[in-house]
Amino acid sequence: MNMHPAALIPELALVAGAVLGLLLGSWLPRHHQWPVRLLAALACLVGLAATAAAMGSPARMVFGGSYAVDTATNAGRIIVLAATLLTLCLSIETVDSHHRETEFHVLMLLAALGTIVLTGASDLLLLVAGYLLASIPLYALAGFFKDAPGTEASLKYYLMGALLGVTMLAGVTILYGVGRSTGYATLAQNLPAAPRAAVAVGLVVVLAGLLFKIGAVPAHFWVPDVTEGASIPVAAFVTTVPKIGGLIAVYRLVAEALPGVAVNWPLLPAILAAASMTLGNLAAFFQDTVRRLLAYSTISQVGYLLIAAVVATRSEIALPSLLFYLAAYAVTNLGAFAVVAELPGASRLADYRGLARRHPGLAAVLVVCLLGLVGTPPTAVFLGKLEIFSAAIDGGATWLAVVAVVNTVASLFYYLRWIAPAFLRPAPEQETDTDVLAPAGRWSALAAYTAGAASLALGVVGGVVLPLGMGPLLP
Amino acid sequence: MLSLIVFLPLVAAAVLAAVPASVGRRVFAVSWVVVAAADLALVVAAWIGYDPSGGMAYEQQLPWIPTAGVSYHVGIDGLSLPLVAVTAGLFLACAIYSLRQTHRVKSFVLLFLGLQTVSQGLFTALDLILFFVYFDLSIVGMYFVIARWGHGSAKRSALTFFLYTFIGSLALLLGFIGLSLAAQPHTFDIVALARAAPLAGSGAYGALVLLAIGIGLAIKTPTVPFHTWLPPAHTDAPAAGSAILAGVLLKMGTYGFVRIAMPLLPETWRQYASVVVVVGVLSVLYGALVALAQEDFKRMIAYTSVNHMGYIILAVGAAGILAGSDEQARSLAVTGAVTQMVSHGLLTGALFLLAGILYDRRDSYDMSAYSGLAGPAPVFAGVTGLVAFASLGLPGFSGFIAEFQIFTGSLASATVATALALLGILITAGLLLRALHRVFLGSLRIPDAPGAARDFTDLRPSEAASILPLLAMAIAIGVLPRFLLDVIEPAATALIGMVGR
Repeated sequence: MNMHPAALIPELALVAGAVLGLLLGSWLPRHHQWPVRLLAALACLVGLAATAAAMGSPARMVFGGSYAVDTATNAGRIIVLAATLLTLCLSIETVDSHHRETEFHVLMLLAALGTIVLTGASDLLLLVAGYLLASIPLYALAGFFKDAPGTEASLKYYLMGALLGVTMLAGVTILYGVGRSTGYATLAQNLPAAPRAAVAVGLVVVLAGLLFKIGAVPAHFWVPDVTEGASIPVAAFVTTVPKIGGLIAVYRLVAEALPGVAVNWPLLPAILAAASMTLGNLAAFFQDTVRRLLAYSTISQVGYLLIAAVVATRSEIALPSLLFYLAAYAVTNLGAFAVVAELPGASRLADYRGLARRHPGLAAVLVVCLLGLVGTPPTAVFLGKLEIFSAAIDGGATWLAVVAVVNTVASLFYYLRWIAPAFLRPAPEQETDTDVLAPAGRWSALAAYTAGAASLALGVVGGVVLPLGMGPLLP
Repeated sequence: MLSLIVFLPLVAAAVLAAVPASVGRRVFAVSWVVVAAADLALVVAAWIGYDPSGGMAYEQQLPWIPTAGVSYHVGIDGLSLPLVAVTAGLFLACAIYSLRQTHRVKSFVLLFLGLQTVSQGLFTALDLILFFVYFDLSIVGMYFVIARWGHGSAKRSALTFFLYTFIGSLALLLGFIGLSLAAQPHTFDIVALARAAPLAGSGAYGALVLLAIGIGLAIKTPTVPFHTWLPPAHTDAPAAGSAILAGVLLKMGTYGFVRIAMPLLPETWRQYASVVVVVGVLSVLYGALVALAQEDFKRMIAYTSVNHMGYIILAVGAAGILAGSDEQARSLAVTGAVTQMVSHGLLTGALFLLAGILYDRRDSYDMSAYSGLAGPAPVFAGVTGLVAFASLGLPGFSGFIAEFQIFTGSLASATVATALALLGILITAGLLLRALHRVFLGSLRIPDAPGAARDFTDLRPSEAASILPLLAMAIAIGVLPRFLLDVIEPAATALIGMVGR
């Protein structure tokens, strides 16, 4: 059964962090639970260190060929853990001295763990397990503060997730039935001989669950409501971290289980990618609240990311481009959310009026992150987009690259609608009783600066980072 | 050396950013002048050390993103050196002109220093992605200049400008990706791609790549029918912003044609050269005719830019038509095109700074509101007159050298088009004379502006010190053009050799 617990140190660190955190939390005073936060950060750091140490060693399959420890998994681990650390940092002002702070951190660690399992899963059953582990803690987190919008968001998120989770299980059953296995390696051998209609249906239905995880059209309806209803750190986490696992899982599924199948499967992610970026952008156009705007922007970003899955078997640069874009997207999106978290009073675009004068540093981060999401050089997402467009053209999906370019231009419009007021003079008749631009505290600001700097740095030194994503998938 | 020239302004901006804004605006304004002057001195030193017959000079190549075939590769030759010099000169002029600026001086200075790095970086870039990075950043920088320091409906114009030119830049990116994927191994290096010309004989694929790159550059240049972002952006931008936009940013488009489109896609370029010629002539005539109808002084100059850019497009198109012309004529056309970029940069930059003086004094560009300004402001009137004459191509000024070469070089291969384009000069002459006549001659009439004195102040020292050197350079090129042509000609001949492959 080739069990190698040593290969799973990052995952085990998160488990240990969650369990110990829960125990520790129950012995701590209700309003002084910050040691759990430290423990959670420590778990992430241990995971990062272990992954960094493991990156040089050769890729291998562990636990009966159900879990791949390869380039994609390692990259996924690093991105997820770093994103979790950033989210922990920007959540401090929100949950500090809250009486359920422990639960917040534990749930977040568990969701991160589920996401990492998704990235490495090479077996449909493990995929489902990862899906559930990455979803259920987030349902709870969405309604964490027990306020009306949060509860509604949580319910919507849960109903949709439960529905598509069950659907996904049905798809696993179908693929198991026709492929006589749940492991990707065996599926790749058996599926070409299986009835094509059954394979197609099974694929569509399994993808349904993953599309929910990544918030792509047509499973995107929860994204704006959760982003607006949940607290800001949760919104940041939900729109960033599960996407990492979900997208790598989609890629792994199509690249490993489907290559020999006669079904024209690339068409499905291609259509979904085009639909996600277009609908996400169109819906974002006239949003007035910053969080809904960001929510729709994440939907469109998923569209660009899905392009990698389309050309998964037809371009060698598809995988590195996906991994790099994911890293770039994670820091850039978290940077934008960190600015929102630092200014909790400003919920509408117009509230950002005069930001450049009040907080020039935050305005700079906002410009870097929003223009970064557009794909302006020299930020990281630019390089990601460049790579992913190259992969698309290389893999013969030029039309998709053109659609993506048109969408990129369109997206500029709504990001500018946010940037422009930030550089206007403050409104002359400031209502003195409420200061919408009051900063929340230094931790969110620290997260914002870190993410903004990382987004720039990743773009400039992308040449060093990009080769790390090169490497074969297993098996 | 080149990296120093390119990044000196950016480093200065980083240092100045650490200085609190409370030390006073003069610190920032003066240090901007000092940095711009130092940068110009470095460019002059580079020019003196440049050997025209040696091809690419001051080359430097460092790996940047090796897996994607992207490197930090810079270098200059006869096509880019004059533009780097014009850029440095124009930024210095803007720095001096802006000494009197009072509104948010610190961020203004930082933004312009950043823009200078971006502009000079673009002209020295020898890697498509590096080129694209600078191309895109120039759009971002100019967006903020227009949106924050513009007047009128500045926000709207800035948005139009950003969206429109951003579409162009992304079309350009698609074309670059198409080019690099055709090369084995995949690379974005301009020199390597020019050597390999990977799309020779590729038919429709090459045409599509050229279409994408062509649209990207045509929007930035801009040519008819992609010029509609230009007039509002110019009209609402601050004077220094307009000068940089017209003098430097527009050149990025035309420079792209001679640096990228022609040498990297020679066969496709030859195939579609006649289309380029037609677009060029349309820009010449349409720009001139619309400029004739303008009441707004600044808008009129904006349209003459479309007209002047049209000559360049005509020349580069004619240089791609092999039938009926010899290598010398085609090389002459390219030399004329580069000279025109230099000349237009100097003269239109000066014209926009002069237009800024109109607005500075009386908050209006409306030509019908002014009359007889030559009385109270003789120096202003004289300088504007000289610059306008230079701009319409009178002998003795740089515009003549440029346009003469363009027409001589293009006549053989594109006879009808060149004949039609000559009409453009006639119209431009008419409209500039008419503008001078309306604004400066006749009885004195100046529009009322709240809080302004009754008379019209003549050129102030800082304004004169910024505009006069630009005019002096234009005259120097017009009278003694060899120092410039000696640099451009070998590079133009080399380019023609590549296009003729």
